[in-house]
Amino acid sequence: MVIQVRNTDQSWGVISIGIHWLVAIIVIGLFGLGLWMTSLSYYDAWYTQGPYVHKSIGVLLFALMVVRLLWRLVNTPTMPLPNHATWEKTVAHVVHLALYVLLFATMISGYLISTADGREIEVFHWFEVPAFTLGIEQQADIAGTIHFYLAVSLTSLVVLHAAGALKHHFLDKDDTLKRMLRTN
Amino acid sequence: MKKLFITAVIASSLFCANSVSADDYTIDTAHTSIQFKIAHLGYSWLYGRFNTFDGEFSYDEKNPAAAKVSVSIDTASVYSNHAERDKHLRGDDFLDVKKYPQATFVSTGFTDNGSGTGILQGNFTLHGVTKPLSIDVKQVGAGKDPWGGYRRGFEGTTRLALKDYDIDFDLGPASTEVELIINVEGIRK
Repeated sequence: MVIQVRNTDQSWGVISIGIHWLVAIIVIGLFGLGLWMTSLSYYDAWYTQGPYVHKSIGVLLFALMVVRLLWRLVNTPTMPLPNHATWEKTVAHVVHLALYVLLFATMISGYLISTADGREIEVFHWFEVPAFTLGIEQQADIAGTIHFYLAVSLTSLVVLHAAGALKHHFLDKDDTLKRMLRTN
Repeated sequence: MKKLFITAVIASSLFCANSVSADDYTIDTAHTSIQFKIAHLGYSWLYGRFNTFDGEFSYDEKNPAAAKVSVSIDTASVYSNHAERDKHLRGDDFLDVKKYPQATFVSTGFTDNGSGTGILQGNFTLHGVTKPLSIDVKQVGAGKDPWGGYRRGFEGTTRLALKDYDIDFDLGPASTEVELIINVEGIRK
């Protein structure tokens, strides 16, 4: 058996599927971690560890998303299933686009919190992301507020995206979700 | 009637002369700092400051007990050389600057201990709570500056408990109190 690496117009390849689910797990995990870590008390072991892990994974997610975009550009996009209504295709397309935009916007706003005073972001004692100083007054506060609302919007869209997939799977009984779980 | 008028004029001019003799000073923000110091876990001192404030004071060398001070601090200008911490300090765990954008100190009295030292009593408003606060004050110096003005400077320190001002984020047992270190230079009006 040959593993299908690239996408075809009928099915997703293993790289697209792998990145999709990896991003899904990371995004949901970062959202939970972000909410939880900002509620911790000062003496909690995760008070400093939480943000460190959150930022490190966030930076790696950014790199993963760049790879994902590049892979998307050099691959045939898989076509929607023929049984999907036009409005479903339109909504799905808009949500996909919004997910990409919100993902990058959320990551960039997060970066702008931590780098507001010129500090680098340390990624798992592995490498550092330099700060790009904008010199905005109270940048960390402004970026923090934006980061929160973007993350909430992103997570809401994730729920909508998942609801769409489940609708196709359980109500339409088509292959939309299955195509994202296995290659042809 | 005329006599009464003259008496009134003399009296008011005397009164004016009297109030002028206690010199009024505007705080020179370029040579004034409002710093704070708090223990970090009990292992080191963290220093921070408020960058934006204004105020004035009056001081009469012949009658130091009549000294008056009022200062207003922009709480959002808190700075501790770490943007993420400053964000946290501005948030509702600490200063809640959206709700309480100003902290103020208005003096109510001054106990002169001689040789330029004394205790300044006043009401300090922080985080929406007003409490009496005494500041140990020492005059650093006073005199003409090289540009035609007259200046007077003081240093002062005081301590306050965060929970007295309803700031109850737990920073640990060593960090319940903050020391304020105030250096003020006034330019005579």
